[in-house]
Amino acid sequence: MISEEAKQRMRNLAARYPVARSAIMPSLHIVQQEEGYITQAGLQAVAEVIGLTVDDVESVATFYTMYYQQPPGKKIIKVCTSIGCYLRNCDALLEHLEERLGVKRGETTGDGNYTLQTIECLASCGTAPVLQVNDEFVENVTLEKADALIDTLNKELLTGTPETPGAQRLDRLASKATNPYSDRQRRIHG
Amino acid sequence: MPELIVTKNLNVPGIDTIDVYRQNGGYEALAKALTTYQPDDIVDIIKKSGLRGRGGAGFPTGMKWGFLAKNDKPRYLCCNCDESEPGTFKDRMLMEKNPHQLVEGVIITSYACRVGTAFIYVRGELALAARQVERAVQEAYAAGLLGKNVMGSDYALDIIVHRGAGAYICGEESALMESLEGRRGYPRLKPPFPAVVGLYGGPTVINNCETLFTIPAVVSGGADWYAGFGTDKSKGTRIFCLSGHVKKPGNYELPLGTPLRTLLYDEEYGGGILGDRALKAIIPGGSSTFILGADKVDTTMDFEAIAAAGSMLGSGGVIVFNEDTCIVGAILRMSEFYRDESCGKCTPCREGTYWMTEVLERLEHGHGKMRDVDLLMDVCDNISGKSFCPLGDAATSCVTSGIKLFREEFEYHVTHGHCMVGAGRTRVETESVEGAPLKAGAR
Repeated sequence: MISEEAKQRMRNLAARYPVARSAIMPSLHIVQQEEGYITQAGLQAVAEVIGLTVDDVESVATFYTMYYQQPPGKKIIKVCTSIGCYLRNCDALLEHLEERLGVKRGETTGDGNYTLQTIECLASCGTAPVLQVNDEFVENVTLEKADALIDTLNKELLTGTPETPGAQRLDRLASKATNPYSDRQRRIHG
Repeated sequence: MPELIVTKNLNVPGIDTIDVYRQNGGYEALAKALTTYQPDDIVDIIKKSGLRGRGGAGFPTGMKWGFLAKNDKPRYLCCNCDESEPGTFKDRMLMEKNPHQLVEGVIITSYACRVGTAFIYVRGELALAARQVERAVQEAYAAGLLGKNVMGSDYALDIIVHRGAGAYICGEESALMESLEGRRGYPRLKPPFPAVVGLYGGPTVINNCETLFTIPAVVSGGADWYAGFGTDKSKGTRIFCLSGHVKKPGNYELPLGTPLRTLLYDEEYGGGILGDRALKAIIPGGSSTFILGADKVDTTMDFEAIAAAGSMLGSGGVIVFNEDTCIVGAILRMSEFYRDESCGKCTPCREGTYWMTEVLERLEHGHGKMRDVDLLMDVCDNISGKSFCPLGDAATSCVTSGIKLFREEFEYHVTHGHCMVGAGRTRVETESVEGAPLKAGAR
């Protein structure tokens, strides 16, 4: 469910832009904050507030890779694999994390705690290799630093702080593999 | 160390708050602009300063402003902070550390271009940068620097911070406008150019973050002062993002015209090649620009000299490869980027980037055929100049220049089934160093 407060924020956004349609993207960000990913209810709420069809809103949501189509893990780890990090050996980092978390890139752990993703250049090539945990940067990541990071995150997951919005929806987590299609295919056919 | 313009106050503690920013001369340029100059005067100052866009194309900023169509439609400014060109990491730093200077640049530019609503489009992944800019905008509203009467004048301006959501293509100006209008980020047909028909159909000026960051300094110091830096045709300073195989990667602001060698080897900057290896190649302006061989290390970093050497200054992202880098592997990695980020609108780019990556992949893994090297050149020829927007052209730069410079490495992959250099030199070797991380750039 999208809260009334969230809908009001969307309405305010729609009024703030010269054309209401521009509020789609920030509204979808709100949906994701509320639901953890882009749900049908979320698409519906955005469509209602802005006065568009659900399909229209969905066509925007499926273009941008940051809008999740499936519920992600509580901790979303994005490892940059572009050229700057590649030259600083991000592949070893990624393999290490795959081993440590027991999932392949693009997958979510069975307990719904972690999603491991690869991501394109994060604008941090000077401090490569780099990763993000729930959109916050961790730079100059050595294998030791990665291990320490997972230890810290494990503790956070145990004590329950700080909680991420995706948490409530994890019961819907269907399988390990989150998306059978590549981003590219999803964008073209989605 | 030469004088800093863009990054001058970057490391002043608390500079991201409005009070500290003002204590360090912040918003004085705006006051000067509003009280001393008419909008057109500022356009003239920027024209005279020789400032050129820092986003990639290097178009003269003042001239761009001068192209705005004179009609009665509302005008808009879009500040392009969708930094995602591989090898570029300057805008993120500027936004995170000193967001008020960006806001001041946006206000002055909006005043100069008679804009009533400005947008700052921040890349979705850069959460901290977006928060910092958003907070700076709020502080500016509270201090009367935005809204109905900017600094008590009769000039009115609104700034909206808009976050992207993961699409490299939205750094292309027309795709950025589509995205701002709430659509999929597909580029638009040009002409009409944004200066004539842009955002919501109004005349629109689109500038890169670093470009607008420079504006307050140029207005304070004057056109002649700014033009005193750099070379005859490439004026001023810019931030070079140094990454890859150097000892001290990072952002360095230098006058245009500084030799690449200084940036790479000077103790103040790059400090030499990582592991004291030999230099193999340099990408001078982000992964979308042509690769230069090590023999070009004495080229000066200005638009003209880099163009003469066979590449572009682009976004200022200088990526350094040492001799152990397998060029096929590196180009494959860059190619994957363009495959993933191609928006899918036009066929040459959508299919071309996909097939290019497929062919590179089989070459890299030793399944390629000799004709694949020419096939790659052929695919590039069918993308470059034939795709809808510059992304297609950009995707071919590293492949064509890489094959021209290092053709024998591609052929070696075909004949030997593995890399010519680095830890991937032999299959056995890579597999025997169990647990030990592979040398970057080889597998």
